Parts: sequence; structure tokens; C-alpha cells
Amino acid sequence: MKKTVAYTVLIFIISLQLYNSFAVQRFPKPEFESGYIQPPTSTPDPRSEAFAILDVVVLIATLSVVTWMVLKKRNRNGVFWISIFSIAYFGFFCEGCICAVGSVQNVTYALFNPVYSIPITVIAFFAIPIIFTVFFGRTFCAGVCPLGAIQDIFVLRPVTLKSWLLKVLGLIPFIYLGLSILYAATSTDFIICRYDPFVGFFRLNASFTMFMLGGIFLLLGVFIARPYCRFLCPYGVILNLVSRVSKKHLTITPAKCIQCKLCENSCPFGAIDKPVQVKEKEESHKAVRRIMLLTIIIPLLVLIGGYVGSRFHENLARVNHNVQLAQILLNPNNTQPDSFEVTAFKSSGKSTEEFFKETALIVNKFYIGGWILGGFLGLVFGLTLTSLSIFKYQEDYTPNKGTCLSCARCIDFCPVKEDER
Amino acid sequence: MESSDNKKSKISRREFINSSVRFSIVLGIGAIGGRLLTRSHARQMVWQLDTSKCIQCGRCATNCVKTPSAVKCVHVYSMCGYCDLCGGYFRPETKELTTAAENQLCPTSAIRRKFVEDPFFQYDIDEKLCIGCGKCVKGCGAFGNGSLQLQVRHDLCDNCNECAIARDCPAGAFSRVSSDSPYLFSGFDSKKKG
Repeated sequence: MKKTVAYTVLIFIISLQLYNSFAVQRFPKPEFESGYIQPPTSTPDPRSEAFAILDVVVLIATLSVVTWMVLKKRNRNGVFWISIFSIAYFGFFCEGCICAVGSVQNVTYALFNPVYSIPITVIAFFAIPIIFTVFFGRTFCAGVCPLGAIQDIFVLRPVTLKSWLLKVLGLIPFIYLGLSILYAATSTDFIICRYDPFVGFFRLNASFTMFMLGGIFLLLGVFIARPYCRFLCPYGVILNLVSRVSKKHLTITPAKCIQCKLCENSCPFGAIDKPVQVKEKEESHKAVRRIMLLTIIIPLLVLIGGYVGSRFHENLARVNHNVQLAQILLNPNNTQPDSFEVTAFKSSGKSTEEFFKETALIVNKFYIGGWILGGFLGLVFGLTLTSLSIFKYQEDYTPNKGTCLSCARCIDFCPVKEDER
Repeated sequence: MESSDNKKSKISRREFINSSVRFSIVLGIGAIGGRLLTRSHARQMVWQLDTSKCIQCGRCATNCVKTPSAVKCVHVYSMCGYCDLCGGYFRPETKELTTAAENQLCPTSAIRRKFVEDPFFQYDIDEKLCIGCGKCVKGCGAFGNGSLQLQVRHDLCDNCNECAIARDCPAGAFSRVSSDSPYLFSGFDSKKKG
């Protein structure tokens, strides 16, 4: 009986309110006679703002301590214990987010999307390590970055890689950086976060493939020291370039190098530049011809890279969700039921033409992005080629300011004692 | 003597180039930072889903980096009709309106049905059991007031830099919202704490 009453009321109300289904409730809230009190809808608060400030404070503090350990105390053990702390704090306590590596994408995203208001903490995580690197070298990589720190403790049996292999693999981070900026700028995806191999460990929760990937990286890292940092990390690219002009930098020897060769194989990352013989002076016409060749090759590589990149812009754009949806809408497959994307699009009430116009804009962005990305990679290839033909004379064993991660391992190998004056 | 002078001038030239590059890097970072600061947010951003866009596809239950998902069904009591025949609680073909397991729509029986007074019932979500699949949300939205809504629970959410559900949400319902108004219920103002 009650049911039938309820149904008639229902039909009546629905027929009344068909034109306005959300604004008014189908079943009005009953008037309770038993003195029933309606429970509140709980809305638990997010992590306190104070923690975000704490993160930045801890970042600055750990960076300062690591820098002091590397440059003043010259103590590898200190660096090791700070990396353990960083794994615990930035890794397990903060569960991997936000990190400086991923912040590159937030900054790009914010620069290209005026709607997104980037939190100040994210700007801090992006800028502070770079500022430190400008003055002190890559001390951030040494023991503050949780991704680097977790790999660093797995550096157990490092092998020396051939220098040509280092050069070739060293190009991958540039590609990764370029792609991640392209995808962040087109608000497609944050690929650095998506394919972060270690964040699953920090959260103790990840898909099987990501756990496998992380495990492979760590196991590989036993022999090939810090594979992610050296051959993938996009933030490392920025720090590498910045560190080359750093004001101060880790030195192997506290005083004067005596060329004892003890540190020669101490660096697991192959980042120690060895002394070189004075080169015989080259015939000048040969050198001139090489410079001419390089000045032609670099712009040519930029152009070719840009052209190739623009050719591939449709493939690059296929990652974008709207582009995917537009493709499905253009080629409807009637044999299968609508995907969730199509259902959601149809229920949103947006017109197809309008959507296609928007998508065409996105694809156009990828066309421009493809030119820039390709050109950038061409430039990187060209400059790498140039760097191979540049001769740099040096007498002492010194860390390569670009690739040195300031881990301070080499310090323990140097027999020279500090001048006590 | 001459050679040492030469050497000295070379070093200082390199040092000059280095320091000018250094200066421009700091300037560049300052410019980017300053530009972003003008429209940055002192507050954190958190992920939330817009219930008016949500189509209850079920991916919230499967795509969150946490298991079970940080997205839960939330009951907005002030919108509820306290129906005996609840579209969110019962399977559509149910004959008897009892709490028997076979009658329940929720795969984990996370909805508790409690008698209030004839003929009204209160429905509570046990968030420990809820997996955020949205089946009840779909049922409530189709047959009832839509008082059951999916929301990111911020006590559970890790607040990933890029939300794994947002990436795969077919309706684009996920967005970053400021942490001072972290909920996007429809038909209910979360600030009032109803």
C-alpha cells in the first residue's frame, strides 16, 4: 500500500519536475515526528597547510646540510645519512609528492594555462634546488632528491661504462624533458609522474608493472650506478646545465692534486675528468674547416629535427584524451557499445562541431610543439657533436661539473690532507 | 712571465662568462618564479571530482593509486528522501525490501540501512568498506534525489601531483581545487557543514 502511494507520488513529482530535475528533489525530505536528528555529512579536511610549509623548510634545511657536508666538512658519511633521511621524509612520509623532478611539469603547465594557479610550495620545490645548484653544484642530487637517494644506497658493484655510451645514453634525458614539457604545456599528461618508477615504493602501493619497473631500476642500479638519474631524469638535465657554471663545486682534493690516480676509478658515475696530454697544435686550415662544418651542421640539425618533429605531431597528439575521443567520434564503431568517454561526451550536451574545433586547436598546438621539440633535440645533438671536438686541457683530476652528482665518494680516495695554516 | 699573464686573463675570462651565465640563470628563475607568483595560490591544491559531470563509470574504484580508492560514496543527508525503496541501496529487481545480501546493490555492503520511523530509513556509508565504485550513486541518481555522491576523501587522498583517476576519467570530472573549499557536492554547500 505504502509502495503504491510512494510510486504515485513519485510519478506525480517526476511529471511536475521533468524540466528541472536537479534543482528540486524528487522526494522531498520527510518531516519526522519521532524527533529524529539528521546526521551531518562529514567532510574531512585535507593535509594541513602547515605540512606544505614544513616540506619547504625541510627542503631548504636538508639542502643546506648536504651542501655544508659536501663542500665544507667533505664527509661522505654525512651525505649518506642525509640521503637516508630524505628517503624517509620526502619519500615515505610525503609519499613522493611533490618532488622537484615533477614540479617541472607544474611550472610548464602553469605557464601555458592561465587558469591553473600553482601553489607556492611547488614553485619553491622547482626553484630552490636550481638556486642551490647555481652556487654549489648538484648537491640536490647528492642526497636530497628521494629518487636519487633510494638509488644511491643500491650502488654496490658499479661498473665503468664506456664514455661513448655515456654520451649516447645521456641524450635520453633531453628527449624525456622535451616530451614531458610538450605534454604538460598541452595539458595532456604529466608523464614524469606517470612513469616515476620509485613512487610506488614510497607509497607501498603501485600497479604490478610499475613495481617491476622500479625493481628493475634498483637491481640495475647495483651495477649501473643511478640509472634513472643519469639516463632519464629530466630535472637532472636542467641541473646538469646549471651546475656547469656553478660558483663553487665539490673538489676531489682539499688542496693540490698530486696526480696519484687513486681517485681515478672511484666515481661510480664516471664523472671524473682525467688529466690529458698537451695536444699538438692542429693545422689551422683543418680547424677552420671543422668549425665551418659545425656551423652548417647545427642549424641543419635543428631544421631537420623540427621537420621530423612536426611530421610526427599527430602521433604525439594521440596521447591527448580529447584527441582520442575525437578519433572515436569520427570513426564510430557500431558493433561495440559506446565507451565511457563517448557516453560522458553525449551526456555533457556539447555539440560535436564545437568539440572538433577545440580538438583541432589542440592538434595545432602539437604541430607547433613538434617543431619546437624536434628543433630542440636537433640542437642538443648538434651541441653534443660539437662538444666531442672541443679539446679541453687539464692537468688534474677534477669532477665534471655537469655530470658530477656531488655524492662525495671520491673525497675518501684522496690521500692529500688539507693545508693547515 | 708573459705566458702566466695570458693564463691569468684566460681564467678570468672564463670566470666572467660563468658569472654572467650564473647571473642570467638566477634572473631567469626569478622571472619565472615572479611571473607564476602573481597568480599562484598560497593554499595547496587538492583533487576533487565534480558530481555534476560524473557518469559513475567505476574507474574511481580501480584507477586510484591507493587500494581501496580514496574516492568514496558520500551521503548528503540533507538531500536524502529517506525512501523505503532506495534506488541506491536495492538492486533493481529486488522483490522484498530487506537487508538480505542478495538485495543489496553495493558489492561490499558498505551501505547501512537503519529504520527511523515508518516509512523512512536512514542510509549510512561505511567508508572502511566503500570502494568508490559508484554503483549506488548511479542508482540513487537514476531513481532518487541524487543524495549519494562520489567525492575524493581528503583524509585518505595522497594528493598525487597528477591524480591517476583524473588522467583516466572519461568525463573530465576531476580538477584541482583550492584546499579551503575541497568538496564539490551538488545541491549542498560543503562550507556550511550541514
